[in-house]
Amino acid sequence: MKNLYKIIIGLLLTPFIAHSQTAIKAEIIYTVSGATIKNGVVLVKDGKIEKVGTAKEIFIPKNYAVVSSKVVTPGFIDARSVVGLSGALNIPTDQDQLEKSSPIQPELRAIDAYNPEEKLVGYVRDFGVTTMHTGHGIGALVSGQTMVVKTKPGKIDEVTLVPFEMLAMTIGASVEGNFASPGTKAKQIAMIRSEFLKAQAYLQKKNDKDTAKRPAIDLKYEALGKLLNGEVKALITVNSTNDIMNAIRLAKEFNFKLVIDGAAEAYRLIDEIKASKAEVILHCTMARNAGDMVNMTRESAAILTAANIQVSIETGYEGYVPKTHVLLFEAALAVTYGLPYEEGLKSITLNPAKLLGIDKRVGSIEQGKDADLVLFDGDPFEYLTKISKVMIDGQWVSKN
Amino acid sequence: MNKRKKTFFRASSYLLLKSTSMKIFLFLFIGIVFCINVHAQDKPVAFKGALVYPITSKPIQNGTVIVQNGKIIAVGDASLKIPSDAVITDAKGKVIMPGIVDTHSHLGGPEGGDYSAALNPDARAFDAINPTSDGFKKALSGGLTTLNIMPGSGHLMSGQTVYVKMREAKVMEDLIIINEKGLFGGMKMANGTNPMRGTAGFPATRAKSAAMDRDLFTKAREYKIKIEKAGKDSTKLPERDLRLEPLVEVLEGKRVVHFHTHKENDILTAIRLIKEFGFRAVLHHVSEGWKVSNEIAKSGVPCSIIVIESPGGKLEAMDYSSTNGAALSNAGVLTGFHTDDGVTDSRLLIRAAAMGVRAGMNKEKALEALTINGAKMLDLSSRIGSLEKGKDADFIILSGDPFSLYTKVEQTWVEGKKRYDIAIPADKAFLVGGFKVYSTEREEYMNHDDEIGN
Repeated sequence: MKNLYKIIIGLLLTPFIAHSQTAIKAEIIYTVSGATIKNGVVLVKDGKIEKVGTAKEIFIPKNYAVVSSKVVTPGFIDARSVVGLSGALNIPTDQDQLEKSSPIQPELRAIDAYNPEEKLVGYVRDFGVTTMHTGHGIGALVSGQTMVVKTKPGKIDEVTLVPFEMLAMTIGASVEGNFASPGTKAKQIAMIRSEFLKAQAYLQKKNDKDTAKRPAIDLKYEALGKLLNGEVKALITVNSTNDIMNAIRLAKEFNFKLVIDGAAEAYRLIDEIKASKAEVILHCTMARNAGDMVNMTRESAAILTAANIQVSIETGYEGYVPKTHVLLFEAALAVTYGLPYEEGLKSITLNPAKLLGIDKRVGSIEQGKDADLVLFDGDPFEYLTKISKVMIDGQWVSKN
Repeated sequence: MNKRKKTFFRASSYLLLKSTSMKIFLFLFIGIVFCINVHAQDKPVAFKGALVYPITSKPIQNGTVIVQNGKIIAVGDASLKIPSDAVITDAKGKVIMPGIVDTHSHLGGPEGGDYSAALNPDARAFDAINPTSDGFKKALSGGLTTLNIMPGSGHLMSGQTVYVKMREAKVMEDLIIINEKGLFGGMKMANGTNPMRGTAGFPATRAKSAAMDRDLFTKAREYKIKIEKAGKDSTKLPERDLRLEPLVEVLEGKRVVHFHTHKENDILTAIRLIKEFGFRAVLHHVSEGWKVSNEIAKSGVPCSIIVIESPGGKLEAMDYSSTNGAALSNAGVLTGFHTDDGVTDSRLLIRAAAMGVRAGMNKEKALEALTINGAKMLDLSSRIGSLEKGKDADFIILSGDPFSLYTKVEQTWVEGKKRYDIAIPADKAFLVGGFKVYSTEREEYMNHDDEIGN
């Protein structure tokens, strides 16, 4: 009788067990971290990459669901997005990426705003984006915090990888358009420096031996403090030469980790960026060359990469139509302007994974990493290639 | 009369005032120089060995295209006879197709109506555009040779559009192209969100938008009747009205209405208006076109669509689908692609065909949607949109398959003149971008906030 129960339970559980074990056979596997594998196999078990190698090396156990594909890549990682906070409808009640009551609000948490069911989350997922660095946006000196999520369906706690990743900041004309003050560049910098000094003082007072002298908890300075003590990075959106230098100067003065976001004119500041050790997230290749992007070049990714600056490409922020970009297409176009093919893949996989500090889990097809995969029927960058399937944490998630 | 002839005759008249021998000498000298220049223009240019897409006929492997005096004089395969004095260019491995037609652009800063009124049939993009705008160099780098430049969509009727060739230009007269109806532009209209500003002079609801349109067209119809009744008696003619005159051209079927519309109900409202007043129109964007492709097909109204990276940005673009190209063209709708530059970039229009095919469009129809279909929408198909004998020598040379990401536009020719060459660094700079490459873009980038009143 016991055996019969076991058999019945086993049969009932079979569909669930079968789904947690998959074998993907592919003509080409771009592991990104290692050599490209021809005629290979990826074994997936319990949401992780169990094994990856050539078909000859890897034995596919009997109860694995087998899927064939022409090409497999790691799931894509959007280095900086606002999807989930900046809704597709673009009306005031679905735009949570920018609070306009004050220009410096580091205490605003992305986890308090992110909507995993926002239409565009599913949209980018169908184009192979499996991990997103999203949250507060552009247009305030400090707009708030960012987070890292998986784009799979689920509630916020199930999809959150990192609840507080970076502090989103902007230096540029867009800030002045959103607030009565700052109204000039000098004022922008003065306001930031002033707040950073206050945060430094706050952190010092917190360590006072006399507990009576310690300050009351201040959410704003707690958040800024995490930047100043190196726990999180500053994600500063700057595009013009002067604004990039402003960001570099600030990072030097206050000794924080800088990520230059947008970076339209970074190609003019190779030496300065390298000396500062700042990291770079590059704007869309198809960004409009207007405003502070007017001097952008489609060869930026190629130029920076050739200078040994690691490039992560982002979809960034759009204020109107279209409400977001397709990360894959942006990297694809960069590859036709001098960025080597493998670097193009890296710019939307391993490079952003390292930048976000999540490369132990995602960014390449390696044993032990999350089973986040994209299956293609041809060259992933080609216009006529289609995405056949997307997998996140070992589960198929796309509608393709 | 071309510039050289003008100069020649001016010079000749001046000479009549001077001494006889000097006159004769200078007359002969100018005459000889004139003949040399004219003769230099005469030489045909032949491109051999390319995969040629004439569009209106089957692709030609190892094909030949011969142009002279701004026109295509022959298109054929390798056996095509080439004139002995032709300059021959080896185009082996390349693709040659007609120059791309963009039926919806805002390059050059084409402001139309202002904040004072929602209906501005008298405003003309022609009076506003900067003919030396850098944007046109960007368009050439993307293989565009003819544009319909329009005022924006923040009005029910923002004004008259202008059809331009990407020629070298100093003044607007250098740019315009006059079509089969004797006009060089259409009339821009819009419904849906953008014109519904709710401020003085603007509607805030859909019913009000349609009522304002119908009211104006009714007045135009009465004006047209008055003109017809006057017949040859000029004393009976009504006073000239700059607002109603272009609308009479619309009602006569001469001036095409380019109608921006997104949502299903707005599309059908536009069609209803078109049918009530019997004018010719093209629907633009039609984000929800895939929902009503059969209705649009039944109406016979052509559609010009955009390829954008994602839905959203406003309610009426939430249900935008990349399948629009396939849905519309498969239902029998004459379908074209456009950029709406600066909403999308002129350099990316060529990719619309590939993205249409990716989403289910037929390859031939996709290439037609970049070329001949747009030409038809502008009443210019007798001159442009395909590689045929007698048509304008507007063509592009591609490095490869027009549907491939890796293909670049290498050369863009307009009326037999090479206007873009990727091998020339100063030209390529407009494709790639860089420091201080674009200088006029900043002021002319269409500011949607002004247009919509958001």
